[in-house]
Amino acid sequence: MITLSAQAVKAEVKPKRLVVVNPDLCVGCMSCMFACARRFPNGGLAKAAIHVRSVGGFERGFTVIVCRACPNPPCAKVCPTGALTPRKGGGVTLNPSKCIGCGMCREACPFGAIQWDTELNKPVICVHCGYCVNYCPHGVLSLEEVRW
Amino acid sequence: MLADKACARVLYVDLSRKTYWVKERPDLFEKYLGGTGVAVKLLREEMNLSADPLGPGNVVVFAVGAFTAAYPTASKTVAMFKSPHTGNLGESHAGGRSAVAIKMAGFGAIVIKGESDIPVYLSIHDGKVFFRDASALWGVRSTYTVGRVLRERESWPGLRTIMRIGRAGERLIKYAGVVTETYRHFGRLGLGAVWGSKKLKALVVGGRRAIPVADPRKYREVYDKIYDKVVKSDSMKKYHDLGTPVNIIPLNKIGALPTRNLTSARFEGAENISGEAIAETMLARRVACSHCPVACIHIAAIREEYPHEKYFYTTKYVSYDYEPLYALGTMLGVSDREGVLRLIEEVDVEGLDAMSTGVALAWATEAFQRGIITERETIVKPSWGDWRTYIQMVKYIVEQPNEFYRKLGEGTQEAAKTYGGVEFAMTFGKNEMPGYHAGPATHLGYVIGARHSHLDNAGYSYDQKLIGKEYPPPEKVIDDLMKEEAWRQILSSLVVCFFARKVYTPELVAEGLEALGIKIDAEGLKKLGWEIYAEKYRLKLDMGFDLEKDLKLPKRIFETPSPHGKISEEFMQKALDHFRKRIKELTGK
Repeated sequence: MITLSAQAVKAEVKPKRLVVVNPDLCVGCMSCMFACARRFPNGGLAKAAIHVRSVGGFERGFTVIVCRACPNPPCAKVCPTGALTPRKGGGVTLNPSKCIGCGMCREACPFGAIQWDTELNKPVICVHCGYCVNYCPHGVLSLEEVRW
Repeated sequence: MLADKACARVLYVDLSRKTYWVKERPDLFEKYLGGTGVAVKLLREEMNLSADPLGPGNVVVFAVGAFTAAYPTASKTVAMFKSPHTGNLGESHAGGRSAVAIKMAGFGAIVIKGESDIPVYLSIHDGKVFFRDASALWGVRSTYTVGRVLRERESWPGLRTIMRIGRAGERLIKYAGVVTETYRHFGRLGLGAVWGSKKLKALVVGGRRAIPVADPRKYREVYDKIYDKVVKSDSMKKYHDLGTPVNIIPLNKIGALPTRNLTSARFEGAENISGEAIAETMLARRVACSHCPVACIHIAAIREEYPHEKYFYTTKYVSYDYEPLYALGTMLGVSDREGVLRLIEEVDVEGLDAMSTGVALAWATEAFQRGIITERETIVKPSWGDWRTYIQMVKYIVEQPNEFYRKLGEGTQEAAKTYGGVEFAMTFGKNEMPGYHAGPATHLGYVIGARHSHLDNAGYSYDQKLIGKEYPPPEKVIDDLMKEEAWRQILSSLVVCFFARKVYTPELVAEGLEALGIKIDAEGLKKLGWEIYAEKYRLKLDMGFDLEKDLKLPKRIFETPSPHGKISEEFMQKALDHFRKRIKELTGK
């Protein structure tokens, strides 16, 4: 029988990231957005880190916009207060008490993946927890091990 | 008490003075939950009930509910107004992005009053109303184009609704609708004409906020219960797979599919325009209303060659549902699949109600065949199945080249009163019939419905369930329909899509409300349903609805056999007498 120390088990857990597997399958139901917001734990959409919108009309389908967990995230690079710091496995974590809500991060992300909490005037940052994946009925999203 | 205070905010817009204000109305929203319940109250408060439906005195209320942006499939907005088509209470529901957008913009209801001197559109976001000049948009041929323009110009992509009218609304065609998100409609009863009379071309609403809940743990628990039922159980399978057109083949089989102005209830071309056939050959994409994982919106693609160039193609997209396929398909004898879709597209482009338009054209075709009207009136020669001619007639309804089309633009009933053929004008309370001829309850449902739609009380579904069984006495039919109607007032106050009605049982609704901070049990909800039903009918009666004169049934329904055989006039009269008695008791009027 093989036993692993707690340390070893922890090392086995590889960081994961949220992946938009196939946005063409998205029907625009917004269930992922509501799921993300529910973690906080409210209804509505104020704290949804994932965003879905049509690509110019429903008939042309949808685009699903969410942090792709860049290994070298530009949003962290431009944060003037150090509120955003790179996360293991890619992407960033937010320290809200350092954040002044300047919005530089939002400008820096080429995907426009940083959503904005207009109530708190701070960014909404995806933590790659994968809660939204459970609410996508069509397999658009998945939580996968980071390979880079 | 509702944990989300902002959902009780009512936005009032006065188009005459180009101003707006907001009132907190927890009194209304905590008692009536939102939607229909609140809209009935707001309309009564704000409107002189004798106002001209196409004058500045008409008031349009849009209301969303306690469940909007909180639970899945609570995706509909209730519009309430005085209908220019019937002269009485108008209620129309639509989904798309509308409900979630209104709630996320920070409102539970929007009340639109007055009339503008110039064409305007309203952009509502960040707690403000922006009045924008719509002169350049006025007269644009297609509602699709208006959507494209506003999509580029306005904020909150993905989190907004873009409601607009077409030329039909501008020209006050009495059954013009309001199109939202291109493929959903406040179709029935002429809301588009009301907007046209107010010079309101479009309404863009967007935003994003949190909905605080009273009991977070309970909230997530109830959410998952509802979500699982919606996604995994069979209760919504029919909408999930083929969508509403799944009905065509079964209705045809039992002989309940109104065909060629209900001269028949079976259509030989049904297979060709069935949900199955369209899905297999032309279905291009499935789309959902906000917060609805079912995605029942079916969009078909038509591959179209350029008129004068070889090997150049484009693709047209048309959304299809059961009712447009009935009204513009079976009712007009159109079995050409692409033809019926092109006809639906034209109706959408103009911003007309598909059901009223189809029934009006069906009446015109029969009247033409009988020689009551001639080419002098119709200009073209209508004949069953000829969708190209029908497309031209749809344009004429909007362009109104002569007196006949002016009358037809006022509705089937008005046209029939002028030219003859009232006995085959398929209207109930002046509104054109929905697509079922399933038996007595079906037609009773239409005529007693509190908003003149097949979805009021589902008489058609009641009839289908009774096939092969003994038919109940008229009094029981009315009692059953009224009971269902009362419960649906709750669903349309929350506001939950009626397609999810089997998911939202009274017990589950009570649990859902508790998590949001409203304590009411299943029995209390049922009682509230009756109360809203009574309030709505009181409003109807005060607007002039006449229980003696306005409960009329078209003769044709007694001639064409239904799955329950020929419908007996005596049975229907008994039922209506019982209904009159029950409404008098219910409303105290």
